[in-house]
Amino acid sequence: MKLNTCLAALIALMPAAALSDEIWVSNEKSDTISVIDVDTLEVVKEYEVGERPRGILFSSDFKYLYICASDSDAVQVLDVEAGKIIHDLPSGEDPEQFALHPNGKLLYIANEDDAVTTVVDTETHHVIAQINVGVEPEGMAVSPDGKTTITTSETTNMAHWIDTETNTIYANTLVDARPRHAEFTTDGSKLWVSSEIGGTVAIFNTSDQSQIAKIAFEITGVHPDKVQPVGVELNADNSLAYVALGPSNHVAVVDTATYEVLDYVLVGRRVWHMAFSPDGTKLFTTNGVSGDVSVIDLATNKAIKSIKVGRFPWGAVARPTN
Amino acid sequence: MKNIMKLWFCLLAIVLSSTLVEAGENKRKISVLYLRIAAPERPVLSNLDPTPDNLGRAGAELAVADNNTTGGFMGYRFAMELIDLDEGDLAGARDALHASDAPFVLLDMSAEQMLTLVDESEARLFFNMRSYDDSLRGADCRASLLHTLPSYAMRADALMQFVLKKRWDKLALVSGNTVEDGKFADALHNASRKFGLSFGKEEPWVLDGDLRRQAGAEVPLLTQKLGDYDVLFVADEQNDFARYLAYNTWLPRPILGGDGLRATGWSHVNEQWGAAQLQSRFHDLAGRNMQDIDYAAWVALRAVDEAYLRTNFANLDGIRSYLLDGIELAGFKGRPLSFRSWNGQMRQPVGLTHASALVAMAPLEGFLHARNELDSLGADAPESQCKAFGE
Repeated sequence: MKLNTCLAALIALMPAAALSDEIWVSNEKSDTISVIDVDTLEVVKEYEVGERPRGILFSSDFKYLYICASDSDAVQVLDVEAGKIIHDLPSGEDPEQFALHPNGKLLYIANEDDAVTTVVDTETHHVIAQINVGVEPEGMAVSPDGKTTITTSETTNMAHWIDTETNTIYANTLVDARPRHAEFTTDGSKLWVSSEIGGTVAIFNTSDQSQIAKIAFEITGVHPDKVQPVGVELNADNSLAYVALGPSNHVAVVDTATYEVLDYVLVGRRVWHMAFSPDGTKLFTTNGVSGDVSVIDLATNKAIKSIKVGRFPWGAVARPTN
Repeated sequence: MKNIMKLWFCLLAIVLSSTLVEAGENKRKISVLYLRIAAPERPVLSNLDPTPDNLGRAGAELAVADNNTTGGFMGYRFAMELIDLDEGDLAGARDALHASDAPFVLLDMSAEQMLTLVDESEARLFFNMRSYDDSLRGADCRASLLHTLPSYAMRADALMQFVLKKRWDKLALVSGNTVEDGKFADALHNASRKFGLSFGKEEPWVLDGDLRRQAGAEVPLLTQKLGDYDVLFVADEQNDFARYLAYNTWLPRPILGGDGLRATGWSHVNEQWGAAQLQSRFHDLAGRNMQDIDYAAWVALRAVDEAYLRTNFANLDGIRSYLLDGIELAGFKGRPLSFRSWNGQMRQPVGLTHASALVAMAPLEGFLHARNELDSLGADAPESQCKAFGE
């Protein structure tokens, strides 16, 4: 009897215990989102979404996934529990990447075809402002204090610094050719910007927008032209930065104190973006050309598995489950 | 206290408005002249693909719009003047050039007309908007004439890398009768030697009937004379007869050049490396697909803009030096673009395309070069006949 009770209790607990963290990946050319189980490293779910999904991110409570469905000209909202899209937000044309304000309410969206950044209220579903930026805006980031939004524009080669109170640009900084991604440090003191064709990552002091450092990359046996930085992610304590180097098929590991490259990790073909497992032990990379996700073990800096997902995986974001 | 505050706001307002006025009026202006002399009309067998009236110019217009977006943040503005002249009106072009103070001039005219104008002019930077001639990048090069179109040699080398990689090494050739066809055929011969291949049989294009009705009867007979081969090259720069060769050859073989696999600086089927953005911007502006001459104009003015920004508005010499040594331009072809310091040719990948997709982007993997893999396409420094760019 006692044993039975025990078993029953265990069984009751099992579904909860079986829940593991997830990595959600957008597949640009199959119009789907793949969900990877972080423990089994297998795709456990796939959702059909709008056309050409690229940037994805979760609401702060992880109940909703926001999806830039670029060719549907919409930001879609997927209810994670219900497993379906509940509505579209107005987004301006061709939304590519976006960032969520720390208040959880405002989305800042780069409209690649229109050279504007659109500010959308996720609660009222209204467009609050559109800000003219350079040609082909892409990289988006909001500072941790919520005061500054960054848009990088690919053909204008600039990072635009937008005051979130007035929704106007207060500074423009030139970066190397074709900037793709912007990332603030957790304390908001620095901004990292990758330049795909320039082959560099620049780090700016956010208080005066001055450049602190510029990192170049060199991989033995790979022509410098193919070393094209795109995604940048900083680990939890910001001691290391990981830079996805596009068609060189490598991810660079950078010491954020010295800005030295410590290691290059071989992953799948044309690596775009990355997401850490919530426990910080693994890094998942989207590989556009090989159509898979590489899993890097961060203790050894080796790719331990590649997981087949949809066509042209692009964005990646983690969803902790406890 | 209240009054002091008021005064302060007043002062602030004056300072703000005067800065705004300054930004509006004192915007640095960068002048560009687009000078076009119409090409002689050449009748072709089919009228399916007329040459757009604004070929080239539309690319320049898009570049001006792109540059002025950046200029809006940095306080400068590109202004372009378009001069469109009748065939042979070199005198009109000369007048237009004298009347303009633009430091940057896009020359959309024959190679001979370009050379005449460049030689008569001082202190300007010219861009070739029409000619693939290797001589313009070789013996007839000019220090102030840059080339953003790939040369015949670059296009031929791209095709030859492709057949070599495919191990399709038995080559045949059908050449058209125009001067341009001859130049491209020469470039194909040179490229075959460069990569250790050679052409077997060759035939000139001699049929002058209406191929729209007769291709099925005539083309098999002509191509039967070529014997056995792996691939058929066609030198037909106007796509006059080449469009009637496909599926009508005696042997079932791929066709390269002409209307087969094309080697170009730009094609509307390019969609990788962010190209879809450029294609859609261009389509919105011009209402048609972007062609290689449109791209050549766009990328020339983008290069000038980039040089201005990176040199902090250097003078013309400074701009030219930066273009020839230092620029890394993003051009939607997957690699940074730059200029060859020995002949002013833009280093660039050459796309191999068919009507609806990109097949490969040369240089192909495995074709290495000591300096830059892009220099495996076209005349390299040691073999260059160009002397005007003495370093």
